[in-house]
Amino acid sequence: MSLKSFHLVFLIASVLLALFLAVFCFDQFQQTGDRVQLVWSMVSGLAAFTLVVYGRYFLRKLKHISYL
Amino acid sequence: MEIPYTVKPRPDTGLYNAKVGIWLFLASEVMLFGALFSSYILLRVGAPDGFWPDVSTGWPHGLLNIPIGTFNTAVLIASSVTVVMAWAALKAGNFAKFKGFMIFTVICAFSFLGIKSYEYNEKFTHYVVRMKDGTAVTGHFDHEFLHGFLDKANTRRDQKNAGLREANAKAKQEGKAPKELLSHLSNRFLTLEKFGEENVESVKMLVDVPSAFRYPVGMKPPAVGDGSKGSEHGEHAEPGGHFEKEVKLADVQSIAAFIPSTATFFAIYFTMTALHGLHVLGGALVLGYFAFFGRKMWHQEPERLTNRVEVAGLFWHFVDLVWIFLFPVVYLL
Repeated sequence: MSLKSFHLVFLIASVLLALFLAVFCFDQFQQTGDRVQLVWSMVSGLAAFTLVVYGRYFLRKLKHISYL
Repeated sequence: MEIPYTVKPRPDTGLYNAKVGIWLFLASEVMLFGALFSSYILLRVGAPDGFWPDVSTGWPHGLLNIPIGTFNTAVLIASSVTVVMAWAALKAGNFAKFKGFMIFTVICAFSFLGIKSYEYNEKFTHYVVRMKDGTAVTGHFDHEFLHGFLDKANTRRDQKNAGLREANAKAKQEGKAPKELLSHLSNRFLTLEKFGEENVESVKMLVDVPSAFRYPVGMKPPAVGDGSKGSEHGEHAEPGGHFEKEVKLADVQSIAAFIPSTATFFAIYFTMTALHGLHVLGGALVLGYFAFFGRKMWHQEPERLTNRVEVAGLFWHFVDLVWIFLFPVVYLL
């Protein structure tokens, strides 16, 4: 597995973490009513989206490099 | 003798040797961290019921700083992006761009370690005070009280050390063994015994007020008073804040900083994060070496340098992936 493939695996894990953090913060917001948690939740969701956009850019940029 | 298959793939594996080597190494690393993650799960599942700190063995929640941990996670994700960009720059034959990306990666690595050190220091100055009646509180010592105490204690220790030095000089002439000098106290790692040595009768603390973050999902923190001026907890008693409290040492069973010997949680937390931190440091040194000393190899064997950077990048990604799992496990859940 090349660095390209491993980077994709890493990106998927990072997106999942960002989504989890978004859900976690939203849950904290619902429990405590703390608006800072709501902001954190939205920032985490935005981070997940940014990582997906970056992933597409990365795949285009390194399309000539092998996955092995 | 020339090392074989540093650039060309070996016919039977289809890969250059270093890539096979790094994956075998990473497989052993998976077992190492896998064992630690398994230990964490078993320790947590096996922890008796009860909530920190009232039950010493209860599993603590929310003691770590989530915003700082999140920022550190973002720093590591950014470093993974730049390390792969550095490798891509070498593939495109652009050494200057490679160097820029690589230096940024190394800066990220040392930023991560710097922030982690700050977090560690926070834990070393955060205390759990267990009372003889079985209750416990967590918090920091009041700044003014602490500085007064440290000034007094260290002045006394300096005076005692001056006497000890004189006695040691005499002992040296007589061929006797010298006595050990007293070390200075700091705001870290204080204990009940250290306060006792200085004949302190009570300590002033800024006690943590339980917040929802300190309890598992669905569990509400206990009431902490009405929060009004003059009440037991003073005017800043809202959850997540602090209130001042004078604690008589005659009522105290133990005072311990948030260090590995204080609770199982801290033992596994420090073990896992310190081991991970060592990996970050090792990776940063290797990446820094390529950034600052890779030019010569780039001119002589560009493909070999590119492969070396790929191998180091694979290690770096593994280290970052470990953090992606470590962060939610110890900070959030």
